Amino acid sequence: MKEVLKDLDKAFENKIRLGIMSALVVNDSLDFNTLKDLLGVTDGNLASHLKSLEKNEYIQFKKEFLDRKPHTDYSATTKGKDAFKKHITAIEQLLK
Amino acid sequence: MKEKYIEDLREIKKMMNLSTRFISLSGLSGVSIGIIALFGVWFADHIVFKDQNYLVADRIELSDKSITHILLIAIGTLLLSTITAIFFTVKKSKQQNQNVWNHQTKRLLINLFIPLIAGGLLCFILLFKGFIGLLPPLTLMFYGLALVNASKYTLPEIRSLGLFEIVLGLIAVQLIDYGLFLWAFGFGILHIAYGLFIQRKYQS
Repeated sequence: MKEVLKDLDKAFENKIRLGIMSALVVNDSLDFNTLKDLLGVTDGNLASHLKSLEKNEYIQFKKEFLDRKPHTDYSATTKGKDAFKKHITAIEQLLK
Repeated sequence: MKEKYIEDLREIKKMMNLSTRFISLSGLSGVSIGIIALFGVWFADHIVFKDQNYLVADRIELSDKSITHILLIAIGTLLLSTITAIFFTVKKSKQQNQNVWNHQTKRLLINLFIPLIAGGLLCFILLFKGFIGLLPPLTLMFYGLALVNASKYTLPEIRSLGLFEIVLGLIAVQLIDYGLFLWAFGFGILHIAYGLFIQRKYQS
């Protein structure tokens, strides 16, 4: 039991961060507005959760300018994908 | 504690689906496309194919009048189907509080249109060369291929609809004189049947 609990990731305890990660592991990349639409959250709320995932190095972003407007594409890092997989396995173990 | 994790798993699944698939496909648009297709086939049968043995694999001398009639019926059917499909889909998106024009819609449409436009252009060329008998089987096949290709980005049922259309298209090449009948079955009856099924299954 203790082993399993160790694999549960604090970063994914929050529902919005869990949602961001779920969407990013099945898509090559998603931009800020798409994520906002998907999760139905405010700009500020989403930005703060993205920042916290970035700090963990679970996601990365690429900023570019389209029609002179900033456009940010987010994607999951290998580290993030591994952590997410571990987290889901842990949940499945717990629910067995 | 357990409930929280069951809820988490549900959320993960929901976000994975929402972010990759276009889920606002309306069953009613399938039904309406099917009905319009049946009307289209009826017009084609009565105006162009009546008394004429066009349903063969060989090249045929088509009068300009016949070509114009076929093009008008085809464009009319296509236009009406597209408009009703968009109408019901937008309506359903609004019900589900989804944005219609998003990243998932664009991906679905791009993948649908690659085989569809290729097939459409091929049929256009064949029509002007007089191979009119090949149009019902080929439109069925390319539509089926387009559906299979697009099914990864929308409701999973679309894949089997696509497979059925491909098989019907192949049968229609073999039984070429039944081309219009098979076309009516593929575009008419199957759309209505799948539309009703989807409408019932995803009604919320």
